Amino acid sequence: MALLEVRDLTVVFQRRGEEPFRAVDGVSFDVEPGQTVGLVGESGCGKSVTSLAIMGLLPKRGATVTGTVTYDGTDLLKLSDKQMRDKRGSELGMVFQDPLSSLNPVIPIGLQVTEVLERHRGLARKEAMIEAKNLLDKVGIPDPNRRLKEYPHQLSGGMRQRALIAIALACRPKLLIADEPTTALDVTIQAQILSLMKELVQDLGTALVMITHDLGVVAGLCDEVNVLYGGKVVEKANRHPLFAEPRHPYTHGLLASIPRLDAAPGEKLTPIRGSVADNIPWTQGCAFAPRCPNALDVCVQVTPAEEDQLGRLLRCHNPVVPGTPAAEEVPV
Amino acid sequence: MALGVTKKEKIDDLAGTAGVSLAASAWKRLRRSPVFLIGATIIGIFIVVSLLSPWLAPHDPSDKMLIEQVVKARNEIPPAQPGHPLGGDLQGRDFFSRLLVGSQQTLIVGVGATLIGLTGGLILGTLAGAIGGWVDSIVMRLVDVMLSLPSLLLAFSIAAMFARPSQFTVILAVAIVQIPVFARLLRGSMLAQRHSDHVLAATALGVKKGAIVFRHMLPNSLSPVIVQSTLVLATAIIEAAALSFLGLGNPDDRIPEWGQMLGDVQNVFDTHPHLAAWPAVCIIIVALGFTLMGETLREALDPKNRR
Repeated sequence: MALLEVRDLTVVFQRRGEEPFRAVDGVSFDVEPGQTVGLVGESGCGKSVTSLAIMGLLPKRGATVTGTVTYDGTDLLKLSDKQMRDKRGSELGMVFQDPLSSLNPVIPIGLQVTEVLERHRGLARKEAMIEAKNLLDKVGIPDPNRRLKEYPHQLSGGMRQRALIAIALACRPKLLIADEPTTALDVTIQAQILSLMKELVQDLGTALVMITHDLGVVAGLCDEVNVLYGGKVVEKANRHPLFAEPRHPYTHGLLASIPRLDAAPGEKLTPIRGSVADNIPWTQGCAFAPRCPNALDVCVQVTPAEEDQLGRLLRCHNPVVPGTPAAEEVPV
Repeated sequence: MALGVTKKEKIDDLAGTAGVSLAASAWKRLRRSPVFLIGATIIGIFIVVSLLSPWLAPHDPSDKMLIEQVVKARNEIPPAQPGHPLGGDLQGRDFFSRLLVGSQQTLIVGVGATLIGLTGGLILGTLAGAIGGWVDSIVMRLVDVMLSLPSLLLAFSIAAMFARPSQFTVILAVAIVQIPVFARLLRGSMLAQRHSDHVLAATALGVKKGAIVFRHMLPNSLSPVIVQSTLVLATAIIEAAALSFLGLGNPDDRIPEWGQMLGDVQNVFDTHPHLAAWPAVCIIIVALGFTLMGETLREALDPKNRR
């Protein structure tokens, strides 16, 4: 049985006097123990909201979460606040995007690591400090004894993210959700952090949900990839088939818009036309249809269903035929 | 920029060598700010004088040693003379000693009222900011009501409610008036903290609610409150003086207090203006000192002024 089973997860934001907004629309995916699953999509596609919904961190007022999130046999959405608090940090870890603002600026790093150890593992401050030192050591922070006494602003960006990973993994959670953990870091540090996460996840046998807009991150890390568009999964496949033969026009477009080292000199990038507009409904037609190079008449009339096509799930009326080059060039 | 950032400091910042901790960078700016130094010097002298005044004062401030020089009928008071640089007051007590010892009461009133007001404000502000919902609504409406009354008028009413006025009733009256200011300030910054990333991160670690409020939200919300307290010190001293001046202060005039000294000489102000001028100038200078310190502190701690 999967460690985490997300079924039909739907998040609707409702503000008084405004139309309800479906940020996440019937997302389903599984995470096996020790597996790394990617949620990929551009800004506003619902990937962060999905992660917050799984962790139960969405505000009670204004956000309606439906569906089921089954973790280890229990539905997280049905747990009480207290039960959920006990799970967070101990069984479910989370790493956020901005390492500086995710750390408390007025408390030394050491206390922020020991806090979670004291809370969930019941360690005394002294034992927790020793454990904290080991943790910082493990995530590759040099001179951990000194760093434990320092404040977040005294650490570099990469070190802060390492510290946050140490905190998230302090109680050896079975599932770690990383919400764009490398976005605020520069490229060389990104690579270090990613290989660190890969290593730790393998060592501890932690399952990882990697949320990112960066297909490069996915390529290096994820076993299975869910591509989100407008709150729905549009393509779900294993990493290799997805990169080798993207079938959904959106995935295809995303891959075509990445600069490649082996591209011919002077070759232009192929962007996806238009931009993700707010609240395109999936109710009538495909939300991606207005931007899709493959759009047919049926695409704007009938919502495509999720179909199993050759071992991958696809939500498209007219998928890209394997072997097609990038979509037509668009003058920018 | 307002505090005169030097070129050296800029280079330090660019090179990333400057201490970037909030307190350290604030101190760095403050040290170079002449306004802050003036304020700090005034307050420094004031505190030292008031603490040492029992030993500094040449005479007992309650000893009517010059009483024979007071001639009520001809409105004569003891003039300046050897041993009594400012002469005596209406009851023949050494005026200079009274002025020195008076600083002590002024300090007690200012600090006492600020601390009590701060404590009340912290409790109310934390309740409102941390719990939110209907608790927040009730607390904030209460605060609105209190703020809608002119502060001095409110302090008068509270002071007048006590049958036997004393130093403590003055402190209490002034303190209660300050509570809503602190409460509203703290609630505002607590609310901002509630939606901050690090509070979300702490929540995602399963940290308990109490720990989130007291370890993660409160310490990060305090800096505007600390600044406000230095400003409130000035207001508290002025308001306490106003209460004493109007006779709602401590009736026991053996222990002098500047506002009370000012009130005592209302009738002879036209003939002996120096009796009113000295305590008045002292109050103004001390209040100015606290204000200068508070304002520069506010600027130095304001994240908008940091690059």
